[in-house]
Amino acid sequence: MRDTDNAMNADSIVGMPVPRKEGRDKVTGRAKYIDDMELPGMLYGATVRSRIPRGKIRNITFGPGIAWDEFVVVSAKDIPGKNCVALISDDQPCLAEEAINHPEEPILLLAHSNRHILPKAVEAVAIEYDPLPALFTMEASERCEQVIWGTDNTFKKYLVEKGEVDSVWAKADYIVEGEYATGAQEQLYIENNGVIASFDGEHGITVWGSLQCPYYVHKALMKLCNLPEDKVRVVQMETGGAFGGKEDYPSMIAAHAALLAIKSGKPVKLVYDRMEDMTATTKRHPSRTRHRTAVSRDGKILGGEIEFVIDGGAYATLSSVVLSRGTIHAGGPYYWPNVRIRAKAVATNAPPHGAFRGFGAPQSLFAMERHMDRIAATAGLSPVEIRRRNFLKRGETTTTDQVIHEAIDLDQLLERTLTLSGYRAKRERFRIENQSGMRRKGIGIAAFLHGAGFTGSGERYLASVVGVEGCADGRVQVLVSSTEFGQGTNTVLCQIAAEALGLPYDAITIAQPDTQQVPNSGPTVASRTVMVVGKLVESAARGLRQTLIASGVLGEKYSPDEFRAACARRVAERGALKSWARYEAPSGIFWDDEKYRGEAYAAYAWAVYVAEVTVDLNAYSVTVDDFVALQEVGKVLHPVLARGQITGGVAQGIGFALYEKVVWQDGRMVNGQMTNYIMPTSADLPPIRVYFEELGNVHGAFGAKGIGELPMDGPAPAIVNAVEDALGIGFSTIPLLPEDIFQAMSAQDQESSSLTPQGSR
Amino acid sequence: MSSTRAHGEISLTVNGEVRTVRAYPMERLLDVLRRQLGLTGAKEGCGEGECGSCCVLMDGALVNSCLVPVLHAQGAKILTVEGLAPTEQLHHLQQAFLECGGAQCGICTPGMILAAWYLLSKKPQPTHEEVKEGLAGNFCRCTGYSQILEAVTAAAQGNAG
Repeated sequence: MRDTDNAMNADSIVGMPVPRKEGRDKVTGRAKYIDDMELPGMLYGATVRSRIPRGKIRNITFGPGIAWDEFVVVSAKDIPGKNCVALISDDQPCLAEEAINHPEEPILLLAHSNRHILPKAVEAVAIEYDPLPALFTMEASERCEQVIWGTDNTFKKYLVEKGEVDSVWAKADYIVEGEYATGAQEQLYIENNGVIASFDGEHGITVWGSLQCPYYVHKALMKLCNLPEDKVRVVQMETGGAFGGKEDYPSMIAAHAALLAIKSGKPVKLVYDRMEDMTATTKRHPSRTRHRTAVSRDGKILGGEIEFVIDGGAYATLSSVVLSRGTIHAGGPYYWPNVRIRAKAVATNAPPHGAFRGFGAPQSLFAMERHMDRIAATAGLSPVEIRRRNFLKRGETTTTDQVIHEAIDLDQLLERTLTLSGYRAKRERFRIENQSGMRRKGIGIAAFLHGAGFTGSGERYLASVVGVEGCADGRVQVLVSSTEFGQGTNTVLCQIAAEALGLPYDAITIAQPDTQQVPNSGPTVASRTVMVVGKLVESAARGLRQTLIASGVLGEKYSPDEFRAACARRVAERGALKSWARYEAPSGIFWDDEKYRGEAYAAYAWAVYVAEVTVDLNAYSVTVDDFVALQEVGKVLHPVLARGQITGGVAQGIGFALYEKVVWQDGRMVNGQMTNYIMPTSADLPPIRVYFEELGNVHGAFGAKGIGELPMDGPAPAIVNAVEDALGIGFSTIPLLPEDIFQAMSAQDQESSSLTPQGSR
Repeated sequence: MSSTRAHGEISLTVNGEVRTVRAYPMERLLDVLRRQLGLTGAKEGCGEGECGSCCVLMDGALVNSCLVPVLHAQGAKILTVEGLAPTEQLHHLQQAFLECGGAQCGICTPGMILAAWYLLSKKPQPTHEEVKEGLAGNFCRCTGYSQILEAVTAAAQGNAG
């Protein structure tokens, strides 16, 4: 018997490294991903895409040498409903009709039973265009050289105002300015995007796919196919990585497969190869951030202006939300008495940029944390001291005027990271050792925060629902549309249900996300699953227990066998036993969508990272030698999975900083292969040393906060700060490649005259 | 030329069993394994031998099966992830990946485990650096590799299971 009322007792399942629910299938190769699935009579699909960035389609001809009558061909004319990929706004067509707004824009779809002849057929479609001038940079878009979207190329703008910024400049001892930029980054999940669709008059459309958000796809297909809710079914298959890259794009590829299935009457598989996935689907938004900061003699931030701009590509998609998160995180974990943040997402003629772990925050936090080192240099303080003097403290307010109620102590977090990394001793030692030889060593800090869950009123609008079912055989099943793509959703939600019910972990299963079987628990994004959905699972599980107790089939104290028997008995007597929980916003939460003020997030995770680097002056390459990641993420519900989230995020952050460069030519990625877009391998990475502080969180299940996105925010600025420590050159743009270091060092050699700190007065 | 294009019979031993398939000589071993033999553990990540998710053992050597024409596999002994644990008992490498968090999304896992198997077959007690180098041909986007390296070390030291 167990005491089920004690949240974290000695038998706690929460906090234990239980085996990953689907782990056995994954290590044996039995887990079924979309490309492992075949249906009888299935056709294979392919997409004909634009080769120009902007213009109008004049004519399409189907070239010789192809038995076109064997092919199913779909164009925009075949769309039964509205020609759009429904998301936030409906501006992105599913298939281009006349206007082309980016390279790789889908125009036609082909299907055939022999997948080998599809590439030839795609090549044989000749499309004539009337090209129009296109925009490839944020600056060209801002100048409105062409108007390519709306009236001013702007998808969204935000203005955050706190205090009286205009009054601070006169009082400032230093005014520090800086401009920082980050490049596009490919999610590079190892499994490419893919779906299978089937259609029949009775059941409507069914789509199986590699995806994060079944109900996003569901909504998009209803609108595109003009079908009611119950005639669209979306099922998530095992998903081989996503990182945000399978948040919105699956709606597009599912729409394409669905159109081919409707027209052909046969199931259609559409799976991209690597190059199509890299060149045609979403990436992290490129960004530019300008800081102008008023600082007192003792290094206190008096106020500042931040301008944050992201490149959204050709259609609105998720840019407004990415911009929102980037805007709210732009001030970092610091207290700004006065601040004005102007943010905008602009249009260019590139494929739309989308969600990628961190969702705007890694971009604006890179700028903030690089800028802090610049402020430190200007004020004659160390990177440690400048942060210490400006950290947010309990009771102070963020840039959106949110009062920090948590007992977070960033000083202590910083101090612990410095100790763990040996920061002070190393910094001294490197200073001496760097005076000779062809290797320069440096060490850098980044301090940051990451809000968990949807921003502001987002969770209230989502109104997520979860279910916990007592099954006829006595098993308990968690019903959520939250998806597993490596992070551990299945495992942690089952742990939470087990803990709440006082049952062993093995007594709980989780349903495959299938819109006909599970309620809409919201998208699996924004570090919201454990905190928001987990809390709902906890509450639904408690509801299930109460129902069993109230109906007299279960006592207050019970063994797993007694619970199983009670469940089975109740289902046999009264039918399906499902307990539901719907999200309700905590009271006292205030958020103003107009003014962008108030409680932006229910909880923040906090972190301080330290990177140690070597710059090789022969190769101009940077190696990360050691990495310490300390974070406060509320209670850690699964130590192995939590650490895996951090090490994985740090690795992607190292790639973002030093390796991963998308090379653009007229709006198209030209290095869309794993051979020339370089992600870190096991040989490239340092030991990533992960530590947690656990303050807890009243809003999350068993005290958890979000964790998934946080580790993406810190590595890039910590690394570039370390490179500055090594070389004395402050780089402002990532990715930072050997050629950039070579150029900067050559320029420095040429003008070896006295260097004044850049951008300061 | 015709001989390289004709559909022909090819025999190979897969996970200890002799299998005969009809295939084009230049057909990729990966496709033959996945589509004809139903062994979908090997995955296609890049199709150009870069990511390692299609790795299998061919006559004891680790190969990217997306780069191997099935003709080259005539008479060869192939080991796929499905052959590592023919019963319900996991191989100690699989057990170690499960316990140490070496598998997240799982798409690289079969290739990664076979790369580790190959490494341990050559060096039963590899150093940390040797494990890092030994797995550098297999991409993982989820883990940052730390827990994979720990899994391989644990398996080598007999600490798993």
